[in-house]
Amino acid sequence: MTSGPPLAWYLILSAVLFALGVAGFLFRKSIITIFMSIELMLNAVNLSFVAFSYQLKQVNGHIFAFFVMVVAAAEAAVGLAIILTVFKNRETLNVDQVNSMKY
Amino acid sequence: MDVILFLIFAIIAVVCAVNVVVQTHPISSAISLIGVMGSLAVLYLLLGAEFLAMAQIIVYAGAVMVLFIFVIMLLNAGTEAKRGRSLTAQLLGLPLLIAFLALASYFSQRFYPGGAAVHFGAFKGGTAQNIGMALFTQYLLPFEVTSALILIAIVGAVVLARKEL
Repeated sequence: MTSGPPLAWYLILSAVLFALGVAGFLFRKSIITIFMSIELMLNAVNLSFVAFSYQLKQVNGHIFAFFVMVVAAAEAAVGLAIILTVFKNRETLNVDQVNSMKY
Repeated sequence: MDVILFLIFAIIAVVCAVNVVVQTHPISSAISLIGVMGSLAVLYLLLGAEFLAMAQIIVYAGAVMVLFIFVIMLLNAGTEAKRGRSLTAQLLGLPLLIAFLALASYFSQRFYPGGAAVHFGAFKGGTAQNIGMALFTQYLLPFEVTSALILIAIVGAVVLARKEL
């Protein structure tokens, strides 16, 4: 029983993907890429859920990951509609130029 | 075998995720994100989550990313403008990211010290039958609430994307 990768590897991979998602969220300027970084973070969390579900031999983690997927799909639909509206009103995708609530 | 498969797809996932962050064109980022999702689907399969692996490919790589690419093409999103970042972000960003990663890795090693090795086929609880059983008995209320959420999302998306707002 030593040939498989330890569970911690999956968790570390999940942490790596989540950190990359955070980096993308913080460093990128395009609103679409920021949105994709959020999807990346959700995927990383899903991997953690499935890994723990494997460890505990329960199906509950899969259910949670399933709900995360559903919420991500709904969020993508609404978020992309918001992006379309922002672009229609402002002709830009740069988040730094969408700042009328800042001042 | 499990280790080799894990390493191959973990490396693909990490490389594609780095690509998502460093590419300047949104389409390149979107294609890389599809790569991440595909390799994650294989990892789910290795963890015994067959249903989730298929749902990942159909819902994420299929539906959500097609939506993204539609929007990118609809808006004709070009290369992102390079802008100077603040000095603090340039100096602290990468070290903080690495520190966060090291901390997360340390804790996952500390609390799950190598113990249970992951074998393909050791956990058979992720079939569509098991998921459906749990979804329609124990998690019936969240499932119904989800349907309301999706309905709201549909209406919201249609209202937001209408011509006159």
